[in-house]
Amino acid sequence: MNTTNHAQDGAADEVADIVLDQFERLLAQHLSPQVLAACDGAVDDAAWPADLWRALNDSGLPLALVPEAADGIGLEARTAALLIRRCGQAALPLPLPETIAGAALWAAAGGGAPEDALTLVPAGSPVRITRRADGFVLDGRAAQVPWGGSVAALLVDAIDAAGVRHLVRITAPGTVRDPRHNLAGEPRDALDLTGCTAAIDEVRTAPDWAAEVGVGSVEAAGAWVRAQQLVGAMETCLASALDHARERQQFGRPLAKFQAIQHMLAEAAGHVAAATASADLAAACWGDARFVLATAMAKARCGEAAGHVAEICHQIHGAMGFTQEHPLHRATRRLWSWRDEFGSDARWQERIGRAVCAGGGTALWPMLVRLRAGAG
Amino acid sequence: MQSFRFSAEPLPAEAEAARAAVRVFLDAELAAGHFVPHRTSWTTFDAGFSRRAGAAGFIGLTMPAAYGGHERSGLVRFVVTEEMLAAGAPCGAHWISDRQSGPQILRHGSEAAKRAILPRICRGECAFGIGMSEPNSGSDLAAVRTRAARDGDDWLINGSKIWTTNAHQVDYLLALVRTGEPGPDRHGGLTQFIIDMAAPGVTVRPILDLSGHHEFNEVFFTDYRVPDAMMVGAEGEGWGLVTEELAFERSGPDRFLSDYRLLVELVDRIGPEPDRFQAVETGRMVAQLTALLGMSASVARLLDKGVVPGVEAALVKDVGNSFERAVPEIARRLVPVEPSLTAQGEPFREALGGVTLRAPSFTLRGGTREVLRGVIARGLGLR
Repeated sequence: MNTTNHAQDGAADEVADIVLDQFERLLAQHLSPQVLAACDGAVDDAAWPADLWRALNDSGLPLALVPEAADGIGLEARTAALLIRRCGQAALPLPLPETIAGAALWAAAGGGAPEDALTLVPAGSPVRITRRADGFVLDGRAAQVPWGGSVAALLVDAIDAAGVRHLVRITAPGTVRDPRHNLAGEPRDALDLTGCTAAIDEVRTAPDWAAEVGVGSVEAAGAWVRAQQLVGAMETCLASALDHARERQQFGRPLAKFQAIQHMLAEAAGHVAAATASADLAAACWGDARFVLATAMAKARCGEAAGHVAEICHQIHGAMGFTQEHPLHRATRRLWSWRDEFGSDARWQERIGRAVCAGGGTALWPMLVRLRAGAG
Repeated sequence: MQSFRFSAEPLPAEAEAARAAVRVFLDAELAAGHFVPHRTSWTTFDAGFSRRAGAAGFIGLTMPAAYGGHERSGLVRFVVTEEMLAAGAPCGAHWISDRQSGPQILRHGSEAAKRAILPRICRGECAFGIGMSEPNSGSDLAAVRTRAARDGDDWLINGSKIWTTNAHQVDYLLALVRTGEPGPDRHGGLTQFIIDMAAPGVTVRPILDLSGHHEFNEVFFTDYRVPDAMMVGAEGEGWGLVTEELAFERSGPDRFLSDYRLLVELVDRIGPEPDRFQAVETGRMVAQLTALLGMSASVARLLDKGVVPGVEAALVKDVGNSFERAVPEIARRLVPVEPSLTAQGEPFREALGGVTLRAPSFTLRGGTREVLRGVIARGLGLR
């Protein structure tokens, strides 16, 4: 996977272009401002855009990161990450990012490709599983599950009586206790999983690259997804602020000509560039031993950048950007939501800090260099 | 959609292989007690260290063999550079010559200058200083007033340069001087010359920094005579050359690793069981550093391919300087100590003292934060 020559790179780039173009066409066809408004739980009950999901599902995009051998598209992770960033840019009101990562994680654990939407259950109060004669039974509650009440299946990190963590797919989700939303109006449902059952082959050991002590594979995959989406939403904010600064006239000249405005936008661009670099690294580390650490770095850096970028871009847009009418809020409300989902930046920073301090000062540099080097 | 030319492509195996070799060299230097990491920085001038680094083959890595170089890729040089910085090695006696003056002379210098100077740079025996700023032109380089006038086959230079790092110890300066009128864009009429500090007509006045340390200088030229062969680039092309040079000067890991040893001392001082505040803030710094390492390596790859990524380089410097400027401010909140330059035996206190006093320069040298943000804004299409 990391030993591609130029010819293979070229072929991979061609497939990537085709898939990204196809996604672009689907978005243009189905994702209107009306659909975005109808799916916004802050405005009304969040609708599930069934036509759009069906079109996406028929296109095979949910299996973008599943290897061809497991009936997926087999995109390189860096390309799948671009697809997920595009979801973030467009504020796609569907769990396509969760399904892309979840399906690939499940495939890496030896499971089959899902046929419908899949979501990732954030780490909250522990979910327990108990062996029964014909399978497993679950016990626990899950909070803030993305589209938890609408999807066909959930992936959850669950613990057995011996304290061993398993990757579990639940295809008959429990009852929705509470339909809730994040600040962007995206469904984040509370589910009661007690009594849910899982067949023997729906309980698997997560691939060893995807989990570490204290971090389950579903939580890590969720953080990886959100880091990529955060980059996409930040790109949308920055592009909008740049356009606005070039077009909006005040005191007889465009905002862009004021040095104070230029410096604010340069600062925002720095945050976007750094966040992108960290998300690029995490993308490159999908499926190898650096995955959890690289994801921690990306979620930490993207989460930190999100607040700064949202603040600066709102300030540039003035009062107009504070309205429901202007689309900026679709990106910024997602930034304020996503930075706290699947572990806030502070939570991931804490994990990084504990690991670094445990290793000592001398070990830091070799760790940083290994993280950036290819998996090779 | 705004996008930047960064990528997460790994460094080539050749570059990663060089890492092991430079670590062996640095370990031996440390074992011999040649430098104390938390007391040095990349501007620390140590002619002995540079000579040994040159002898070991770590200077002039990208130079042609004909001029004493090693004909390795820019990415090998990048790896050697970041290892030196991370180790806290005293690189001041070869840094400028290796990073920018040598490459400039190779690309734009006369054959005589290349033969006279480049082999000595590669041996680590030739130090350069940068002669850009002047008393009345700091960040505003187009305002350069030091003038070179034709005198037969030579030029006569009069004027002065300021903030010239280690001018009292270097062999040469690469100076930007006025040879003609600025023209409507103010970028015309500037030319670069190699100034031999041993020749008559140059005097150096020390400027002590706020800690009493002597690194800065003011340099005066009085009818300083320089032959045509020491002109770098064509007459009037100085602005373009300096701009190109700055992409190299601004994107390297020296723009965010100036106080890396303080971070190392901080981690050791906190110990293996940080409290939550210490863990969060340490992790935040390490995540920022990880992103910068990726950005800097990306720019190095672009430079190696012959692309001059001005905006990306400016972003590395601006984001990098903000990071290194913040490290001492965060460190002092995580461990309650009083910084001191004379706290021998307490490396964290000592490092915090040294960095606190040096840190204001981080966001000034090589282009102030404000100038860099202007460069970024131009790249974003705002001016």
